[in-house]
Amino acid sequence: NQMTVRDALNSALDEEMSADPKVFLMGEEVGEYQGAYKITKGLLDKYGPERVLDTPITEAGFTGIGVGAAYYGLKPVVEFMTFNFSLQAIDHIINSAAKSNYMSAGQMSVPIVFRGPNGAAAGVGAQHSHCFAAWYGSCPGLKVLAPYSSEDARGLLKAAIRDPDPVVFLENELLYGESFPVSAEALDSSFCLPIGKAKIEKEGKDVTITAFSKMVGYALQAAEILANEGINAEVINLRSIRPLDRSTINASVRKTNRLVTVEEGFPQHGVGAEICASVVEDSFGYLDAPVERICGADVPMPYAANLERMAVPQVEDIVRAAKRVCYRDAKMAAAA
Amino acid sequence: CLPILAVSDVVKQNQSKTSTIRPNLLITKEEGLEIYEDMVLGRSFEDMCAQMYYRGKMFGFVHLYNGQEAVSTGFIKLLKKADSVVSTYRDHVHSLSKGVPARAVMSELFGKTTGCCNGQGGSMHMFSKEHNVIGGFAFIGEGIPVATGAAFSSKYRKEVLKQTDFEDVTLAFFGDGTANNGQFFECLNMAALWNLPIVFVVENNLWAIGMSHLRATSDPQIWKKGPAFGMPGVHVDGMDVLKVREVAKEAIGRARRGEGPTLVECETYRFRGHSLADPDELRDPAEKAHYAARDPITALKKYMIENKIASEAELRAIEKKIDEVVEDSVEFADASSHPPRSQLLKNVFADPKGFGIGPDGKYRCEDPKFTEGTAHV
Repeated sequence: NQMTVRDALNSALDEEMSADPKVFLMGEEVGEYQGAYKITKGLLDKYGPERVLDTPITEAGFTGIGVGAAYYGLKPVVEFMTFNFSLQAIDHIINSAAKSNYMSAGQMSVPIVFRGPNGAAAGVGAQHSHCFAAWYGSCPGLKVLAPYSSEDARGLLKAAIRDPDPVVFLENELLYGESFPVSAEALDSSFCLPIGKAKIEKEGKDVTITAFSKMVGYALQAAEILANEGINAEVINLRSIRPLDRSTINASVRKTNRLVTVEEGFPQHGVGAEICASVVEDSFGYLDAPVERICGADVPMPYAANLERMAVPQVEDIVRAAKRVCYRDAKMAAAA
Repeated sequence: CLPILAVSDVVKQNQSKTSTIRPNLLITKEEGLEIYEDMVLGRSFEDMCAQMYYRGKMFGFVHLYNGQEAVSTGFIKLLKKADSVVSTYRDHVHSLSKGVPARAVMSELFGKTTGCCNGQGGSMHMFSKEHNVIGGFAFIGEGIPVATGAAFSSKYRKEVLKQTDFEDVTLAFFGDGTANNGQFFECLNMAALWNLPIVFVVENNLWAIGMSHLRATSDPQIWKKGPAFGMPGVHVDGMDVLKVREVAKEAIGRARRGEGPTLVECETYRFRGHSLADPDELRDPAEKAHYAARDPITALKKYMIENKIASEAELRAIEKKIDEVVEDSVEFADASSHPPRSQLLKNVFADPKGFGIGPDGKYRCEDPKFTEGTAHV
């Protein structure tokens, strides 16, 4: 059974709206246009304009409205056309949504989901290509999820909607059209994945590769290439940026003794940096090589296709890094 | 559908000449005493806050409401308990008017566990779920969308969930400085577009910290922005609680009847600086004196006595009672305990397992591995 990520997200929204009348959608073009990326296709017809709200282009306004509605027990799913636009509304994500429960000593919980495509797409330039995983991942009061496959998309989005707290749900535009095999279990309307648990996509013993979202696919491709060269890589799909599944990561590193982190975001204070710190804190003695971080280049995203390709991690970058930490690279081996 | 009104005070006064009943007389003794008590409470509470701040009992930014009481009282005393109030960083008195006990507000300011947010909110972040006070927002314009969302939830409960056959009303309070902020315009638009049960209450105290309203705003008549978005805009003398109350009644009534939002501009004045840290050097002493002479509490007192609604003795009794309430709130706050260390990590998430709880069930602040942060799985 195959399903695209787009259909996985759409079916998850549909099922949760059907199960709970308190769930509603709001955002730009989610209704009559059927979603800028067609994630909300058919939902306006099925649930009506009271539950599928086309908003004006007012991120700060409608995000804050979502928070206020959540204060009173509704379960808004707020779509950002892309997460780049969430910067217009970040005050409400951070200051209103993430902090209300704490500031009110538990009186005002905020069961809301902020979702939309995050990170680099293709050829859309600097302002539309930013990964915000590390930004939102650094903020207490938020849960931050990043699905890779269709199973992830279904299970995590359903979990996010059912969760009593604010969840930032980072999708990837380039994955929407990709098909993945899905089990019968994942297609069941009760299916839900736990927030805060990573998934070991491929077991291995020589090197741990962590990744999330689209980079999980790259890491798996890298692992295949590495297998041909006799390196058995373990690939961890983080699924959850916050909470971060530190125990799964550390258990893996304790087994492989080597770590490569992969993300499209910027290196400084990135998700990889946090994983690095966690492994140094918990598994320092198990490391047989310095940790390698593969990140987006430390520049705003260039437009030119060749530069853009250089600015985001490629499969061969992951392969090279894995070989380096396994001391298979001639130059590095000599230096070591 | 009602015509869109742009009502200035002048127009209103002209209209009332044709009316046989002067609206100011539509106040019963009971109402008068309630209003007076609430305004005196607001004033005395804030004066006490200033004392306590200078004594080091409260800290950070403390913004006092002195002078603006007619707005809080004039609007909030007309609300039902289920109606909501969204405020700004100047939120103590809105909370008191909505019924949050003085003890709970004072304790919050002292940073004590008995505060309305157990000491986790502070001066600028008052919440009381019980009283539907839903924040204290510290950023200009931030509360407006949240208030609009509360109003949206009220409509949703009626129309989608079919839980009620009426709409609870939300009041969004904010100042003249906020009326230049984009979120204000975004929400005027959506509230009118979706016909939400909300009243946007501008407390135009003429100054955004040290920025004169006249120096900050291209057209200083804020009420005009209502009609521009398809809702009534009303200007009212915010130093006259009876006038505020009359306008508030109409606006709240419209919202409750499902007739949509109203923008009300209350022209008022703060008798103190922006916050207790503000040296307040930019406002002209003559301007301050002009408004001090229009003290809304003095004016109400004079009105009630002249119209024999209440006697001086009755009003003095209220003042004495409030003195005791405020004194008691200080004693209560002082005697209350500071939050324990174990409270530090509490309430980050509603999900009881969602934050900081270690495998032994204890909060992680007891744990040297504190850097693992909020994310116990």
